[in-house]
Amino acid sequence: MSEINLKEPLLQVQNLVQHFPISRSFTVKAVNGVSFYIRPGETYGLVGESGSGKTTIGRSVIRLYNPTGGQMLFQGQDITGKLDGKTREMLRKDMQMIFQDPMASLNPRKKVEDIIGEGLEIHHIGASKQERQALIGDMLKKVGLSPEHAARYPHQFSGGQRQRVGIARALIMNPKLIIADECISALDVSIQAQVVNLMRDIQEETHCAYLFIAHDLSMVKYISDRIGVLHLGYMVESGTKEEIFSNPVHPYTKSLLSAIPHPNPEVEKRRKAITYDYASSGLDYAAGTEHNVGGTHTVLGTDEDIRRWQKQ
Amino acid sequence: MSEAKVVGNPSANKKILDIKNLDISFQTNAGTIHAIRGVNLDLCKGETVAIVGESGSGKSVTMKAVMGLLDSNATVNSGEILYTYTDEKGQEATVDLLKLPKKQLRQNFNGQRIAMVFQDPMTSLDPTMTIGKQIMESMFLHLQMDKEAAKARALELLELVGIPDAEKRFKNYPHQLSGGMRQRVVIAIALSANPDILICDEPTTALDVTIQARILELIMEIQQKMGLSVVYITHDLGVVAKVADYVDVMYAGKIVEVGNVNEIFFEPKHPYTWGLLSAMPDLETDDDRLYSIPGSPPNLLREPKGDAFAARNQFALAIDEKAEPPLFQISPTHWAATWLLHPDAPKVEMPPELVARLARARKEAEKYL
Amino acid sequence: MTRFLVKRIGMMIVTLFLIALLTFVLMHAVPGGPFTSDKQVSKAVMDALNEKYKLNDPLWKQFLDYMRGLVRFDLGPSFKYQGKTVNDFISNGLPYSAKLGAITLVFVLCASIPMGIISALRNGKWQDMLVMALATVGVTIPSFVIATGLIYFFSFKLGWTPVYGVDKWQGYILPVIAMGGYSVSFLARLMRSSLLDVMGQDYIRTARAKGISETRVILKHALRNALIPVITVLGPTVANLLTGSFVIEKIFAIPGMGGYFVNSVTQRDYTTIMGMTVFYAAFLIAMVFIVDLFYCLIDPRIKYD
Repeated sequence: MSEINLKEPLLQVQNLVQHFPISRSFTVKAVNGVSFYIRPGETYGLVGESGSGKTTIGRSVIRLYNPTGGQMLFQGQDITGKLDGKTREMLRKDMQMIFQDPMASLNPRKKVEDIIGEGLEIHHIGASKQERQALIGDMLKKVGLSPEHAARYPHQFSGGQRQRVGIARALIMNPKLIIADECISALDVSIQAQVVNLMRDIQEETHCAYLFIAHDLSMVKYISDRIGVLHLGYMVESGTKEEIFSNPVHPYTKSLLSAIPHPNPEVEKRRKAITYDYASSGLDYAAGTEHNVGGTHTVLGTDEDIRRWQKQ
Repeated sequence: MSEAKVVGNPSANKKILDIKNLDISFQTNAGTIHAIRGVNLDLCKGETVAIVGESGSGKSVTMKAVMGLLDSNATVNSGEILYTYTDEKGQEATVDLLKLPKKQLRQNFNGQRIAMVFQDPMTSLDPTMTIGKQIMESMFLHLQMDKEAAKARALELLELVGIPDAEKRFKNYPHQLSGGMRQRVVIAIALSANPDILICDEPTTALDVTIQARILELIMEIQQKMGLSVVYITHDLGVVAKVADYVDVMYAGKIVEVGNVNEIFFEPKHPYTWGLLSAMPDLETDDDRLYSIPGSPPNLLREPKGDAFAARNQFALAIDEKAEPPLFQISPTHWAATWLLHPDAPKVEMPPELVARLARARKEAEKYL
Repeated sequence: MTRFLVKRIGMMIVTLFLIALLTFVLMHAVPGGPFTSDKQVSKAVMDALNEKYKLNDPLWKQFLDYMRGLVRFDLGPSFKYQGKTVNDFISNGLPYSAKLGAITLVFVLCASIPMGIISALRNGKWQDMLVMALATVGVTIPSFVIATGLIYFFSFKLGWTPVYGVDKWQGYILPVIAMGGYSVSFLARLMRSSLLDVMGQDYIRTARAKGISETRVILKHALRNALIPVITVLGPTVANLLTGSFVIEKIFAIPGMGGYFVNSVTQRDYTTIMGMTVFYAAFLIAMVFIVDLFYCLIDPRIKYD
């Protein structure tokens, strides 16, 4: 991907904090000061187990939540606090989301053309109904469906086709950034590959950037340029995929990598996953700071932690 | 299928489950779905068989038939499910589970001899009953234990499946436990009446990778300790590689390839198996495109003509449109249903990406040998 | 739990206060007063009456007086019946209404839940069709039509039950059926759909896979879970039944609370309207509260704090 503009980040997230007060005495601390950036046209993968805060980050970035703290810049504009009309318009147009469950996230009573075309109407794109329909037809072709599918309802599609509809819905706004939240986890293996290939093709054509949120590390490695590893609301390690996969430093990253199942019986039968338990690890994420360990590779920990891990 | 062969492994172990020519259809509003179209499968004592396939391939339905848990709109058109066990008097007996009255199957076989672990631990436990009670339930029934003995055994089981603080957890309700912990409880329930066969239906799909590895290792450990025979239903080849001795690849209600785990992973013969293996990126995959099987599985509302996979198969032959391929034998344990194996078929090589992938896999394997 | 109770009871008191306030304001907003009638009353008598019942005081003072009484459970004197208090009406009427209501409640529970269970377990069979047909009739036909029909057949044609009154136990049969018909139908439908939903849940499959008998699966696992939504609607149902139905009481000539309430409205008997409304409201709130406490027992996922 040679045409990426390396200068200005498309999205810059600084110290994002997202807490959800449940009651007066209890607050869910979903995200505790996470920073990362995404350049135009690149794919940033967020991985972590359930409860790590990866989905929350995606939703905070697209402002489904009001961030508790930190700052987010999208195309140079602050999108953290209360949004003015213009910023909101820009955010809603240039940032789109693809959801995990393609069945649950499409309105069952709307035709596919209405689902895909809704954004066009809201943002007054396309002068006439015919023009919009032409745009929708093109988009359906682009995601591997046919324009005849436009008049159908979501339940008339298979899981993989529905996810294509979800992608078409996001793409029609010609966004700069697409947040893909576990968008292939609910699909069968053979269909996953189709959808991932489609996402890559689209990126090559439109130069959109992806924030790819997933727990499936092999797929994340395949699609991402850079990866952030989340645990308990902290970004424990971040770097290019080569940096993360060939030289993992943080013990959580190591355990995560060792847990990836290899489709190789001789290897799998002999290998044991490295276990990692935060409670008994003696680590305190809150006390750690971000250390650069070379290149773009950063690790969360105290000075001593980092020294110890690097020696191993 | 008249040319149905007894497909199986010449393993020294005794055959414990033998599914022959199973054929099941479902009545739905849209019509009759012919979901299982002549499945042959066997499982030997102490071994692990994995059934691999996409959703709708019929892998779960096959095992539900073994458990007598088919939905009420299902019809078994033909077939036998022979189960061999040692009865109360210590004598070996074989029954056809499909012929048993439902009540008898439930009372004497389910849970007690054949137990099951389900996919989603979040929903497979009764939310209004303590986990202790749920574990003890089948002990009262199948092992005629009194309350104290049952509790002692339940605590033992909780420890066996790696739940710390068993005494405290015993009184907990499911919602007080994490997903991984709940799946351990489901496993404890399945083990509670000392079954011979454990059927695991996507046991780790709903769990995080780190927990997945631990749960699989746990099941393997228990299998060795208790001499269990295990059937895995999964679409995850990583899981298969880790646990299976034998693999059955299912597509559109049929088994299209069966072999021991090394044969399936290193010398796959069926184009569908090739597709499955190529579609999952290994950690070395760096090509621009993932190999993907085009199209989607056939709708079994219409009986497929010829080979059900033909429409998605880039190597399909003319005959695939007309006749269904029989299972061709490759080795004593390895069979595949594709016309490519017919002596008159043109020589077809697997996709180059997969050749490279397999070479890498063999090399990687050597490091561990 | 204690904190929840305190909070909850506080909320109940506030709700009651607001209901009392609203009723008071609305009643005084309507033109006319309790002593307005066709007969001309001399101004002196009118003044004396207004003075006696403190109707000349400013509204806020009247309200305060009323609230002062309410705190001591004194709902005040009736404006229409000399020497009677609202408390008298309630203590006269409530026993009849409550007895009829309690019997109806037992009938409703004993009929609706088994009906719902049978129809869920025989889903699509004739038993299900029959129960659902009955339930549709019960929900759609108003109670007074049912009551009249019942009287016509069982009292008038067959002579099995008395036409009115509850002096004999047979007298309860028809009013109980007429009054409970709606709730039976409603709860039976709810029970059916809830049980059908639960029977399709994964944990029922787990229970079956354990090898326990279908009867035990239903009794031990399905019912408890299926009852949760039923209990939710039970609170208002109980309050409704126990406080009586004016229509039913009127048709069967049962001297319950319903009669007093309707009379007080037509006669603009301020204190009685207020008193009855507050009493109904208090009862309803209390029942909903009790149902919430029941939740805790049946569903361990619910913890109040």
